[in-house]
Amino acid sequence: MESIKDKVAIIGMGCTKFGERWDAGLDDLVIEAAYEAYEDAGIDPKDIQACWYGTVTQPVVGIGCTHLAGSLKLHGIPMSRVENWCTTGHEALRNACFGVACGMYDLVLALGVEKLKDTGFPGLGTGRGMSTVLEARRTAPGSFGMIATRYFYTYGLSPEEGKRIIGKIAVKNHYNGSLCPKAHFHNRVTLEQVTSAPIIAWPLGLFDCCGNSDGSAAALLVPASQARKYRNDPIYIKGLGAAHSALLPQNRPAFDWLHFEEVINSSRQAYEQAGVKNPREQIDIAEVHDCFTSTELLLYELLGFSPEGKSKEDIDSGFFELGGGLPVNSDGGLKCFGHPVGASGLRMTYEVYKQLQGKAQSPERQLKDAKLGISQTFGGPPQVAAVAVLGKELGYP
Amino acid sequence: MAGIISYGAYIPLWRLSRDAIAKAWESASTGGERSVANNDEDTITMASEAAIDCLAGLKREKVDGLYFASTTSPYKEKECSTLVAMAADLGPEIITADFGNSLRAATAAFRAALDAVVSGSASQVLVTASDCRIGYPRSNYEQTFGDAAAALLIGNTAKPAVIVEGSHSLSNELYDVWRLDKDTYVQSWEDRFIIEHGYTENMEKAISGLLRKKALSVQDITKAVLYAPTSRAQQGLARRLGFDVKTQLQDLLISNVGITGCAHALLMLVAALEEAKAGDKILVASYGSGCDAFLLNVTEEIERVKGNRRGVKGYLNSKRPLSSYARYLSYRGLLEPQPGEPFRLFPAATTSWRERNWAIRMHGSKCKNCGTVTFPIERVCYNCRSKDNFEEVRLSDRKAKVFTFTLDNLAGRSDDPTIPQIGIEFDYQNTRTYLPMTDCDPGEVKVDMPVEMTFRKLYEGAGMYNYFWKCRPIR
Repeated sequence: MESIKDKVAIIGMGCTKFGERWDAGLDDLVIEAAYEAYEDAGIDPKDIQACWYGTVTQPVVGIGCTHLAGSLKLHGIPMSRVENWCTTGHEALRNACFGVACGMYDLVLALGVEKLKDTGFPGLGTGRGMSTVLEARRTAPGSFGMIATRYFYTYGLSPEEGKRIIGKIAVKNHYNGSLCPKAHFHNRVTLEQVTSAPIIAWPLGLFDCCGNSDGSAAALLVPASQARKYRNDPIYIKGLGAAHSALLPQNRPAFDWLHFEEVINSSRQAYEQAGVKNPREQIDIAEVHDCFTSTELLLYELLGFSPEGKSKEDIDSGFFELGGGLPVNSDGGLKCFGHPVGASGLRMTYEVYKQLQGKAQSPERQLKDAKLGISQTFGGPPQVAAVAVLGKELGYP
Repeated sequence: MAGIISYGAYIPLWRLSRDAIAKAWESASTGGERSVANNDEDTITMASEAAIDCLAGLKREKVDGLYFASTTSPYKEKECSTLVAMAADLGPEIITADFGNSLRAATAAFRAALDAVVSGSASQVLVTASDCRIGYPRSNYEQTFGDAAAALLIGNTAKPAVIVEGSHSLSNELYDVWRLDKDTYVQSWEDRFIIEHGYTENMEKAISGLLRKKALSVQDITKAVLYAPTSRAQQGLARRLGFDVKTQLQDLLISNVGITGCAHALLMLVAALEEAKAGDKILVASYGSGCDAFLLNVTEEIERVKGNRRGVKGYLNSKRPLSSYARYLSYRGLLEPQPGEPFRLFPAATTSWRERNWAIRMHGSKCKNCGTVTFPIERVCYNCRSKDNFEEVRLSDRKAKVFTFTLDNLAGRSDDPTIPQIGIEFDYQNTRTYLPMTDCDPGEVKVDMPVEMTFRKLYEGAGMYNYFWKCRPIR
């Protein structure tokens, strides 16, 4: 297998304001993200040769790329809709990268979008799976709450201690989001507020759950060799990993609920391609899938940032905060920036892209000397995960 | 000899104090408590529970018939016995039939099963009876009715636990209690008329007729299992017939369960058999537009059944108070709960049919190559990828424990807003799956807590009911 490292560059990105966008439909969100990316790259949309479009819950199933083509008036070029649970935005990015890397296209658009606030209810809906009976009442917080329960049990944490630890992640991400104008939420919260909030799916309370948001994000990709024609600070793709598990976690024989092979394998693929041997030391910024605070807790370990069962120590020492050794979710994450499902992989990539360029929107959260970052998504029952490693310098690491 | 080989029963966990009903209506309480089926139970699920209780430790492949009796079947058109038979994991080559409309439906099914095994058209028939009748709000019936199911396995064998020695029946056309095809609540005529000229007159005639036929006197009867709409009617009848009310009369189960429709005579019979010994003579009589009376003779084989069933005794002792009358109204669908988040997946006749072996029989697949067991059934082995190389294994009667869980406040409906969603681990080959927990207080759920499987109604969709398994704390 070949590595994707340094074959493709991102020359422009866009991201809408995330949140309850009562004013904006799917088309408006697509336009907002795409036109920011055009402007950032300085390109004319007529030069786009192909598109990959990630969205999960469009008004009806099987609507293809109609919204993308119709809203952007892209004429006569190939477009593919991709969908893979919460990794959908990464799937659009990944497939667009391969289209460029194989030499087929010189300029492509990857765009993810989700319009969640037209449903009339706050969550993603109930009955998340394939079976009308087995998962009739499964919800997203219910699925991830089960990870938290097993994590607390395995590592001997009382519910109070466990909730305190994951609560600190919410406090961190709310603080980061408060510095980010495009984030869904800007309110800072105290640990006391987090741990005493109403329960959504025990042990997860309101502030342990990510925002249910509308939003879109987009990337323009070119062969790495052509990137400097467009800008001085392109960001290079260093590694792309993705993995799927064979069964829903709840049905896997002997599964311990802590070692999700899809997360482990996808990150190891991406690290290997990029040449990352020690993620804790080498990665300067990570955007990870904090759909729930407990997910971020476990991801620290599965992504190789903290030793197994030891996330707590890094959380308590502030290792993942803005001034820490490895800032995680510097834009507020899914928790606070919001989680329009199909957009999230690209929104995370947008934050890494801006941080590596030194163009984070507010100086308080601009990281210093960041050279290498990852964006990472984890979704489904959960069952699927994806990672993109991004760097600002060719040949590094 | 034709007779009863085994028995089983089911009484829902929840009991509503009659004082709570009376308080809600500022009326008089008749005292005690009544059973209330949960909002995920109906007569099909209760019959399935009783059937599985009845079959504990027996070879299910020997059962070649199942009858379902109820006046409150969830379907007007669609056989229910087929579904109960499948939940009980009986084979496909069996006789099935539904008996309905009459409070004697269960004894009619009992007689039909006896006739079937005597004639040789079946060798073992499982008779299930289940009812969930609703009395008008504030009526006496609302307090006196209860929800329950009973099951009897009938066979023609050298050594049944109970031999059926004789029977006598009476048909009587009379409007005493009834429901029109569109009625939710039981209607009735004036009490004095229906007890005197309905219940007492007919029961007396049928029972006297049976005793005469068998040349027995009331003193020869060890226990009289007399269905009745009220204690007063039962005791009045017993006295008229000459029974000693204190020693010969089987408890009506009115103070702790309530009158459970057509299931009631069988439920009382199960309670009587739990205390019976070899040589006892039991008289059973049910009433409804006439009367069916049976004379039973208990053999020493009863000892093989006693103690190995939850039965009435087990389920009576396993109970929790229903917190309010409002909850009862909601559980019976008399108040409409706010449904919670919409369902995204609706049942389809095709998928229900294709998935029946795992969804209704609760079969998992056991790989013949590596032994890995998965639920639901997987055609390609999760571990070794052997294709279509598995045997089906039943998991519904396996014990399990909570491996992990969440208490989900988005998945419920407004009368039960918190759904405990459980990652369960069976006591078998590290098999895992995912089920909601029912009949519990969500606050009691813990990792490693032992659970058992229970067949339940999930929701209505696409114009049909949709059934599947849940787990519950061990009863």
